[in-house]
Amino acid sequence: MALLQIAEPGQSAAPHERKIGIGIDLGTTNSLVSAVRSGQCVTLADEQGHHLLPSVVHYATDSIDVGFHARDNSNADPANTIMSVKRFMGRTLADVTQHWHQLPYQFSSETTSPRFITPKGEFNPIQVSSHILSALKTRAEASMGEEITGAVITVPAYFDDAQRQGTKDAAQLSGLNVLRLLNEPTAAAIAYGLDSEEEGVIAVYDLGGGTFDVSILRLNKGVFEVLATGGDSALGGDDFDHLVADYVSNTLHLDDASQKLNHRRLMNIAKQAKECLSDNTTFNGELQLLQASGETVQSNITVSLETFNELIADLVKKTIATCKRALKDADVSIDDVNNVVMVGGSTRVPLVRAQVADFFGKVPLTSIDPDKVVAIGAGIQADILVGNKPDSDMLLLDVLPLSLGIETMGGLVEKIIPRNTTIPVAKAQEFTTFKDGQTAMMVHVLQGERELVEDCRSLAKFTLTGIPPMVAGGAHIRVTFQVDADGLLNVTAMEKSTGVQAEIQVKPSYGLEESEILSMLQSSMQNAKHDMQARMLKEQQVEASRVLEAMQGALAEDGDELLNDEERSAIEASLFALVDTAKAGDIEAIKQAITKVDKLSQDFAARRMDKSIQKALSGHSVDDI
Amino acid sequence: MNYFELYNLPAQFEIDLSKLKQHYQTLQKLTHPDRFASASEQQKRMYLTKNAQVNDAYTVLRSPVSRGEHLLGLRGIELANEQETVGDVNFLMQQMEWREALEDADSVDALNQLAVENKSEVDAQEATIRALLEKNTESDNKQAADELRKMKFMLKLASEIDAKIDTLEA
Repeated sequence: MALLQIAEPGQSAAPHERKIGIGIDLGTTNSLVSAVRSGQCVTLADEQGHHLLPSVVHYATDSIDVGFHARDNSNADPANTIMSVKRFMGRTLADVTQHWHQLPYQFSSETTSPRFITPKGEFNPIQVSSHILSALKTRAEASMGEEITGAVITVPAYFDDAQRQGTKDAAQLSGLNVLRLLNEPTAAAIAYGLDSEEEGVIAVYDLGGGTFDVSILRLNKGVFEVLATGGDSALGGDDFDHLVADYVSNTLHLDDASQKLNHRRLMNIAKQAKECLSDNTTFNGELQLLQASGETVQSNITVSLETFNELIADLVKKTIATCKRALKDADVSIDDVNNVVMVGGSTRVPLVRAQVADFFGKVPLTSIDPDKVVAIGAGIQADILVGNKPDSDMLLLDVLPLSLGIETMGGLVEKIIPRNTTIPVAKAQEFTTFKDGQTAMMVHVLQGERELVEDCRSLAKFTLTGIPPMVAGGAHIRVTFQVDADGLLNVTAMEKSTGVQAEIQVKPSYGLEESEILSMLQSSMQNAKHDMQARMLKEQQVEASRVLEAMQGALAEDGDELLNDEERSAIEASLFALVDTAKAGDIEAIKQAITKVDKLSQDFAARRMDKSIQKALSGHSVDDI
Repeated sequence: MNYFELYNLPAQFEIDLSKLKQHYQTLQKLTHPDRFASASEQQKRMYLTKNAQVNDAYTVLRSPVSRGEHLLGLRGIELANEQETVGDVNFLMQQMEWREALEDADSVDALNQLAVENKSEVDAQEATIRALLEKNTESDNKQAADELRKMKFMLKLASEIDAKIDTLEA
């Protein structure tokens, strides 16, 4: 029983200690952070009482400013005030400038991925996002008065691999331990506490400023299973504003030049009208029209709810068609849907609510603030993942939003994992050489639904090297594509007949290489080299205590049954060695000691897993009789 | 990997779908990565791999075609890697007629009618395959592989009918 002494005080967490898990909604326009406090998940406010943090970062020579101050002063220094950085995530500069003209920023010409040039230095979208996340982390630490154990960060359901990886990298840069990337609609369903219901189908209708998506989930005894997602990444409340602005401009008979001159003013009054018409039947406002001379002339603007509804009717109809398709993909009928959850500020528009209610035949849930609902769901999930609710039955099964495929002859894409497949998932594909003695091969991975390579998003190009030389067609290379619970792709390859593990060199098309992340991490800590070392040591020590705790429990539970004396004493010896090493504080040595425990206990761990599975399933069989 | 074994179900074509679903839930609760958010790296890796198998097995066992294919795989007949095509001339003729009917159908009603016919063909085909797989002799298994290939054609047609309905409705 000597092993019971392994846990040193201060080295492993006491079993009942509460850990802090936070939920973060990293939005295009605004961001939020939440945590569970006194059993209730709430969004956390800053010192001034603001819950929303504008996703705006201002870079000056000697400061980085995030939030309201940065946003409110954006007119003063637009070139160095980065707004809506989420749109840049995982995209090339060309992608972004194609959709968003006249951006006030200065971009570096050295890279295809966007890099903002500011007086503070050059920053890519991942770094800008990490500055927003750091501000939220600081707020959470101040608000909770404790260190943050981990974070759940939400992403739009349709985010592809590059965008997800970028979000995760940004969190890593800001020093957050990412427990999970969670799809926004799934988070919203959790927020409404629908997991307490026995069974049912939930539709989540999410209409934001610039995007629309819908998810269909099935709920069964605490398990949320995403059945299908669909959406339109270029349809949102901003489009309503455009339509109203055009209408106002038409009623005033503005010519093109005048329209261009007053673009910002027209958009502002359109937004005002839209917001007013959420609670009123008529909007009356004054517009100061700018003349070519520089003078302004006042015009009175009236927009009725009826007119507004007519203007946006087609767009709302389009979202309903998407709902229809999602139901079809999910293979459920409208009558199966028990609850409809509304997310996003644009769902405040009465016509949207009415049409959604009409289509689904039930009143949608709107009791939680549609701007906060995603963050709240993420906070609830974070609380569970850090281990505060060991008895929770809640489990989220997400799906791959876009198909994964590879390039084949003639610029075509062959699908390997279709969209709406439950993740994690692993699929293997075999390739063969086409030349005698060929030792390398390139694999191009893409994501999307279209058939042509040029219409899909290029994720990465892999070069397989170290293939044993054989005649053409002789080598069979098995490439395994694995997608984890966050929706992130990982690729491995092996030559089948010889068992040679082919080397993979990944060249991400948009994201960053591992080495780039590391160097960014280091440069962000340039002034604190010591911090970096301390952080890495602490991470290793935490991992060591995890391993120790887990192995102690495992040995106590199954050691007698599943291990012979020889195996057991080998594992125990490696654990003692790990305890000593962890105390000494040599990062590399701790890593090696953990690897040793892993290696010796691998079979034991697998036997335990199989045993628990068999036990659970045979338990079911007994119940069934 | 034997997916029937993973789900503790008998290795046969006819399975209890409610039991499959129930075991799916149990296996998810046991193996999903979220259950191991603060576990050691080794456990994370091990359960990630297992959970991916649980998901793939569920997809394979849920649909009759892939279940039949998996069962044949366990019996030593690989459908996916062989180059054989359907050699049955009658079936090929039938196939062409269906395609023509799909091309000619220009209303949602006509397409729905086609879908109904297709569905009954698929059901009949499934019954044929079930009977062959139950016999489980070498020649019956070979025959079952042929019938499975035909069923794939039928299901492909079904999804094309669906897609055409979608475009007409849009």
